[in-house]
Amino acid sequence: MSEWWTYSLSDFLMFSQRSYYRLIALYNEALWPAHLLALAVGLVVIVCVARPRPHTRRIALLALALAWAWIGWAYHLDRYADINTGAPWFALAFGVQALLLGLLAARPHGAAPARMQRQLALGLIGLAVVAYPLLALGSGGGWGQAEVFGIAPDPTAIATLGMLLACRAHLIAWLIPLAWCAVSGATLMELRVAHAWLLPTFAILAIAASLLYRRGSQARKHG
Amino acid sequence: MTPDSSRRRLLQTMLAASGSMVLPSLHAAPTAVPLLTRPIPSSGEQVPVIGLGSWITFNVGRDPQARAECANVMHQFFAGGGRMIDSSPMYGSAQDVIGEALQAIKPPRLFSADKVWISGGARGPSQIETSRKLWRVPRFDLLQVHNLLSWEEHLKTLQAMKKEGRLRYVGITTSEGRRHGEIEKIMASQAIDFVQVSYNALDRDVEQRILPLARERRIGVIVNRPFRQGDLTQALAGKPLPGWAAEIGCTTWAQALLKFIVSHPAVTCAIPATSSVAHVRENLLAGTGRMPDEALRKRIAQDAERLA
Repeated sequence: MSEWWTYSLSDFLMFSQRSYYRLIALYNEALWPAHLLALAVGLVVIVCVARPRPHTRRIALLALALAWAWIGWAYHLDRYADINTGAPWFALAFGVQALLLGLLAARPHGAAPARMQRQLALGLIGLAVVAYPLLALGSGGGWGQAEVFGIAPDPTAIATLGMLLACRAHLIAWLIPLAWCAVSGATLMELRVAHAWLLPTFAILAIAASLLYRRGSQARKHG
Repeated sequence: MTPDSSRRRLLQTMLAASGSMVLPSLHAAPTAVPLLTRPIPSSGEQVPVIGLGSWITFNVGRDPQARAECANVMHQFFAGGGRMIDSSPMYGSAQDVIGEALQAIKPPRLFSADKVWISGGARGPSQIETSRKLWRVPRFDLLQVHNLLSWEEHLKTLQAMKKEGRLRYVGITTSEGRRHGEIEKIMASQAIDFVQVSYNALDRDVEQRILPLARERRIGVIVNRPFRQGDLTQALAGKPLPGWAAEIGCTTWAQALLKFIVSHPAVTCAIPATSSVAHVRENLLAGTGRMPDEALRKRIAQDAERLA
């Protein structure tokens, strides 16, 4: 496959910004009022992270696992694949992430997160659940194009990064959400969407916080 | 839903999208100024110099409103004398959008140009068949190896199809100046009817070797990305058209840019992609009337470079 090097990201962008947001609008229209349930689940995740206990951790991780599985099937495979030939692969990745989150939920509870870590995690999840859908209003798309946690991939990936930070998850569990932030961020940049920078920024913030915490705990162990 | 009811619904939505009560008949008298044609070098068959691309613009998924708009663009294209529509399996839902519209419109003279884009020659025939079903045509007029992917194997398949009468023309494509060296080698060594390349007033690399070679080898040239995916027309938007525009009957930069391309003697046709009915009409007008001579072509390129 020596030919692949000749392609750039823009060659794989096969749709316009209008088609992309019309797809989200039609997907939302088909699912309404499931958004209310998704929002409620998002709020439950926030409460679970705010009150870290073994069972709250498990509930939050399972809720996220369900969200990833749902989005893989209902969004990527059933909808996004209409305009993006790479979407079936995204669906597979979302399925794998759902399994990883399920496995994390089944594992015994680790150490509680540090205060700073938990606050940042809450901030990320709060932004994903409450603020992210409002971006559609800000960009003039209206409620119809709102990207809602548990329904759309981007806010779900951001909330997941927050949860992974809060539960100090293994690096493997981070790979797919981070890769999605890179892929979706690049797509939005190619589509010239004003808030394209948000996803990569949140991803970098979550990685930095996680690395800082790991370094801090290693220093404490050796000290 | 039956195919008939689906077709009826698309036609109804097209009417609504067009904002008119009656769609003009495709079999009606041609427009006042006929669309210029060029002969395909290998056969002499005449094709209009303006075709219709589908990259990005026709990949609208299952959105019924957007599909109706695309169908309306195609209807206007055929009504204005257009024939060649180009697509690819790489363009998401574009092939199906084209096929649905073709079923509704039933154009009298379609020139269907599609591509094979899959790694490995063995998978080529099944991809071609899938594409044909999506287009809802009995056979393609032209099949091209998209971006030279597995070109040796795919060319064998396409040549065999042509020999068996299942295909009329064979071609290869590239875009954005990729792999021109390899394109030249194929043009020099293989019996192909068409080469598809990117060419516009700013990206003129193909003028050096590929366009002269196409004339020498009697290969038709299809030009993609005539407006650099809209960037060029956007950069020139609001810039006043120089005086020469009136000399060649251009009222917009898009028309001038298209006339620059199709007036090159090696070019068979350009395939601008659009989802706008106004733009398809504007593009078709660029295929009519007086064309720039060599001196004016140079001025168009210079002015586009200076102003873009």
